[in-house]
Amino acid sequence: MTAPLRLCVRRADRPLPSGIAVEIALRIPSDVSVIEEAVELVARHCFAGWDAPKRAHFRFRVALSEALANAIVYGNGQEPTLMVEVRAECLPDALHVHVTDEGPGFDPATVRDPVTPDDLELPCGRGLFLIRNLMDDVRFTPPGNSICMTLRRQ
Amino acid sequence: MAFTTSKHPSGVLIVEVEGQLIVGNRQELKATIQQALDNGERKLLVDFAKTGYIDSSGLGALVSISKKVREQGGELRLSGLNEDLRSLFELTKLDTLFAIADSSAQALAGF
Repeated sequence: MTAPLRLCVRRADRPLPSGIAVEIALRIPSDVSVIEEAVELVARHCFAGWDAPKRAHFRFRVALSEALANAIVYGNGQEPTLMVEVRAECLPDALHVHVTDEGPGFDPATVRDPVTPDDLELPCGRGLFLIRNLMDDVRFTPPGNSICMTLRRQ
Repeated sequence: MAFTTSKHPSGVLIVEVEGQLIVGNRQELKATIQQALDNGERKLLVDFAKTGYIDSSGLGALVSISKKVREQGGELRLSGLNEDLRSLFELTKLDTLFAIADSSAQALAGF
């Protein structure tokens, strides 16, 4: 049984000079069974007070679920002692979500899009592709063990 | 998250995906379908009318399931995808791999 997840939320009375109104932090173990709960926790706080379209909720949840799965499975190799950090910054014009694992990182440029006819029946390899297509901006921090995903409030 | 199975009078086994289909439960769906194939089921419908979201592992599981059903001479159909869920299949071009119906009733009529 995994311990309950504990979320840290800091709310500014007015946006800070950086523009951040709410900052959310969460550390989760390398256990895929906690992903759904972690996604709901972070999403609930990120979308609080924002009358966002249903499509934005969906894009955010799928992308965050993918990023957490990548961090847990590929980054940390599901090693129970390694953790994944989630940090979200809620700005007036966008949400930024950083997901960082304790693995060695990877080169995202080597991951190809899995949509050619030959790749269609592969059972894996669509995660990063989905993130790139669902979020407005995606950046990696070297050595590639940290991803920052941006969803704009359009 | 749960998978509910029921047998339609036409002989189609319907598997409803309630909640998410993600890395944490995809093996359960694969096991459910494998059990159905072992029991002799050959017409299978996976319905997503009660599904929130699917991740790439869930999509990958469906690809594996599709292959397995085909190899055993069966037929797999998907139904109940809302606009958001359907967009995942379109983005990944998996809409070209699966027989997708708007509703379970429509899918059942096509078997």
